[in-house]
Amino acid sequence: MENREMICINCPLGCSLSVSIDGDNIKVSGNTCPRGEKYAIAEVTHPTRTLTTTVRVANRSGSFVAVKTKNPISKEKLFDAMRIVNAATVTAPVHAGDVIIADMLGESDLIATADKE
Amino acid sequence: MIFDVAVIGGGVVGGLTARELTRYKLSVIILEKADDVAGGASRANSAIVHGGFDPLPGTLKAKLNAKGTAMMAKLAEELDVHYRNNGSMVLAFGDEQDEKVRELYDRGIKNGIPGLSVISGDEARRLEPALSDTVTSALLCTSSGIVCPYDLNIAAVGNAMDNGAQLKCNFEVTDIKSVGDHYVITNGQERVEARYIVNAAGLYCDTIAAMLGDKYTITAKKGEYMLFDRSEGDMVDRTIFQVPTKAGKGILITPTVDGNLLIGPTSEKTDKDDCSTTLDGLDLTKATALKSSGKLNFRKIITSFCGLRSACEESEDFIIRMSDNSPRCLELIGIDSPGLSSSPAIALYAVELLSEAGLVLERNEEFVPTRVSARRFEKLSADEKNAIIAKDPAFGHLVCRCETITEGEILQAIRQNPPARSLDAVKRRTRAGMGRCQGGFCSPFVTELIAKELGIPETDVTKFGGNSKLLVGKTK
Amino acid sequence: MLSYDLVIVGGGPAGMAAAVSAHDNGTENILIIERDDSLGGILRQCIHNGFGLHRFGEELTGPEYAARYRKMVMERNIPFVCNTMVLSIEDTDNGKVVTAMNSDRGVFTLDAQAIVLAMGCRERPRGALNIPGTRPAGIYTAGTAQRYVNIKGMMPGKNIVILGSGDIGLIMARRMTLEGANVKAVCELMPYSGGLNRNIVQCLKDFNIPLLLSHTVAQIHGNERVTGVTIAEVDEKFRVIPEKSQYIECDTLLLSCGLLPENELTQAAGIDLDMITGGASVNQNRQTSKNGIFSAGNVLHVHDLVDYVSEEAELAGRSASEYIKRGAVDKKIVKTVSVGKAGGIRYTVPQRIDIYDENDDVKVYFRVGAVMNDVTLTVKADGEVVSGQKKRKMAPGEMEYAVVKKAVLDTMPDAIDIEIVK
Repeated sequence: MENREMICINCPLGCSLSVSIDGDNIKVSGNTCPRGEKYAIAEVTHPTRTLTTTVRVANRSGSFVAVKTKNPISKEKLFDAMRIVNAATVTAPVHAGDVIIADMLGESDLIATADKE
Repeated sequence: MIFDVAVIGGGVVGGLTARELTRYKLSVIILEKADDVAGGASRANSAIVHGGFDPLPGTLKAKLNAKGTAMMAKLAEELDVHYRNNGSMVLAFGDEQDEKVRELYDRGIKNGIPGLSVISGDEARRLEPALSDTVTSALLCTSSGIVCPYDLNIAAVGNAMDNGAQLKCNFEVTDIKSVGDHYVITNGQERVEARYIVNAAGLYCDTIAAMLGDKYTITAKKGEYMLFDRSEGDMVDRTIFQVPTKAGKGILITPTVDGNLLIGPTSEKTDKDDCSTTLDGLDLTKATALKSSGKLNFRKIITSFCGLRSACEESEDFIIRMSDNSPRCLELIGIDSPGLSSSPAIALYAVELLSEAGLVLERNEEFVPTRVSARRFEKLSADEKNAIIAKDPAFGHLVCRCETITEGEILQAIRQNPPARSLDAVKRRTRAGMGRCQGGFCSPFVTELIAKELGIPETDVTKFGGNSKLLVGKTK
Repeated sequence: MLSYDLVIVGGGPAGMAAAVSAHDNGTENILIIERDDSLGGILRQCIHNGFGLHRFGEELTGPEYAARYRKMVMERNIPFVCNTMVLSIEDTDNGKVVTAMNSDRGVFTLDAQAIVLAMGCRERPRGALNIPGTRPAGIYTAGTAQRYVNIKGMMPGKNIVILGSGDIGLIMARRMTLEGANVKAVCELMPYSGGLNRNIVQCLKDFNIPLLLSHTVAQIHGNERVTGVTIAEVDEKFRVIPEKSQYIECDTLLLSCGLLPENELTQAAGIDLDMITGGASVNQNRQTSKNGIFSAGNVLHVHDLVDYVSEEAELAGRSASEYIKRGAVDKKIVKTVSVGKAGGIRYTVPQRIDIYDENDDVKVYFRVGAVMNDVTLTVKADGEVVSGQKKRKMAPGEMEYAVVKKAVLDTMPDAIDIEIVK
């Protein structure tokens, strides 16, 4: 049995959540609304984050384009993802929504969030 | 080549002396240890052109201050430097200090200072409504003024260079040897040869003097200042001193030529490389300035800084004389306040002494006394600006929004003498980054311009030379 | 001289939203003047997500949010000019004159019926914080660092201490960490963070970056580049407690200590400013003390979410458009009441309400000065409580609002107060 404390991020209230984990049995307390429980369970079972960063534009010296993972990826894979992204380059023109890296780490496409002509 | 004169130190005294020398057919080189000129005492001081009532009558300080201040307006015009004859007041609080004010008045008369009068506290408040109710009397001086010290310094060096002088930065003199009819000056790697030397090394003039065989001891005194937003610049019109004490001329309140308000300095002995501000110093500055006026709005401070003054243990007066042990070397020792005010007169006096020591002065008919500053543009009318922008669109591209400085002005500062090579050098020449946001918006762009102009990667651009790099590398 | 119905100073989220709403309200002769090289403002460097939940019902990054509005501007063919700096605004007897400068046209002037000020804000720099110590390279505001990292691909430092836990500081803690830097601590002067919980969790906790509340940077060290900072705990009066200080080795200090509306133009034009917000003092239509000059977005007061910036700018744009349609005159005002504030409210926007023959509901935005729990937010008219709303929690970092109903204004009250009651 493991206990974890966390702050709910869903709204400004910022409830202090206590989570007790006993195998598959997860109990959340301290939450004011159901969103708190859902958040806490996700955080202890499979926390995910959207990665936002930049990719170098190969044919525009000193130029970068903003990118994000289309869907949130596993939190523990953020640095692995950064290594892949930092090694990648893209060729302009690029447009917001263009897939820069498909199915990165088997979790999500990496897409451009800005244009680079 | 063997230069006629090497000036060691690119401060305001060195710069103006070098400029004065270029009036004659002489080869002149300025040796500066830092990455840019105007890095020492000339960078951070009260920026006052003192009336000259303070120095003891008969001293060099008294003589050169009076003369230098009288020269300042014309010099500033020639060099395209902002100068304003705003006048000053010395405030007294109570009977004892009223007496001091009268003493200062008498001293000023002996020094031959024009425009002095003693006024009542009420009269002082009528002239300067922001002054405190506790002011009992004041010495009013109409002949004093304000100037931007590094502006004057940079313009002096620039004009000297325009007239043929050379500038060598990052040259910290480590040894001087007399070889026949000249001296060999080295920084450990490079040598510069010159027949005459001017020691204008400011805080480090004792180190240079020691290389010439002369013994002086200079200690550093720290002065902390606070600078207010331009919105506060008209709180006072004149420079407001308090009656001087042993510690110095005390903490003043003054407008600057650029429209800001400045308070300071403290006066604390310190190490020569300690240019840090302290909590105590800043608190003392605030508390003392508040005595003169309760109207100071400390929420409007945009920056604080520290300047170092050189204090000479051998004499309270300037020591300006040929070296006892190196006959063709001129010592300029202990140039503390009123050094900036005296600097034009020191330069003249220096040339006079060098001439007496055998330096041959033959008029340089091509000497041009004027220089156009990178800051000229802002003073032009819309039509004049448009004529320039039509020729060079960079002058239409605003880079520093707080001080409204354009790309054209920044490029001019990088290209003209003495060339700016760092962010601070550009800032001192143009004021880009000196406003309310303190470079938050414009510094990335200025960095880019410097890199482009100098042909170096942006990651090699520094704040002020040496290891003061702004960036540590690329993200990817 | 070129004439426009509406000139909008600033092409960030506020300026674009004002232009779109003025256009949709029937004003077509508009010019947006932007100082940077493209529309979008500071959002262009805010590559993180979290924008647009209120406005678009989805989570966008800064560039994506800006692009939505840029698209709306383009679709309507609203004219804009970039790389152009407005130098002054004058309200003369013969109308409003805007003086601007760019490389193509030099210094030029424009006539306008109405103006919307949307210049945004800037960060509080080191000087204004008066941190003692040396002045080496390596001290940046978080936004400057953000520009270097996100736009220019440059790293301003490797070992970092951040002062201030505003959202930009938190975002940069994560951003620099992801790019390989070591963020050693975030110091916050106040006993609470001004940043969103979400950012504290996802930008600091995720990376084990300590958040030190009631801490400040007491001294900066290093002659050429920053070599370290002394941080210290502060007492309740925010004075450094010397015994509770420690030295942290670092090469960079990032500052995230608040944003200041950029109102130099406003002030020079003789428009009244609110000392607390640093922005213009406005009525419910976001009209300043000068008829026909409106203000919106972070230049009016610093917002927590860009969604609210857009909303406010749309109101200002619509108001400017109405003003132009009336022939550049203000609506007939029956009376003007200034909005009173009590119970820990720091400021309100609008600062005054103009009461007309026919009124609309007025949303009064405000911020509190300290964290408050279980309070009632009340609206009073002529001293009488006319509405109340229970609040579980209010914090200085969050913009709140109270609604003054049309029915209340139609009674022509002499006083309106917003008060928080324990």
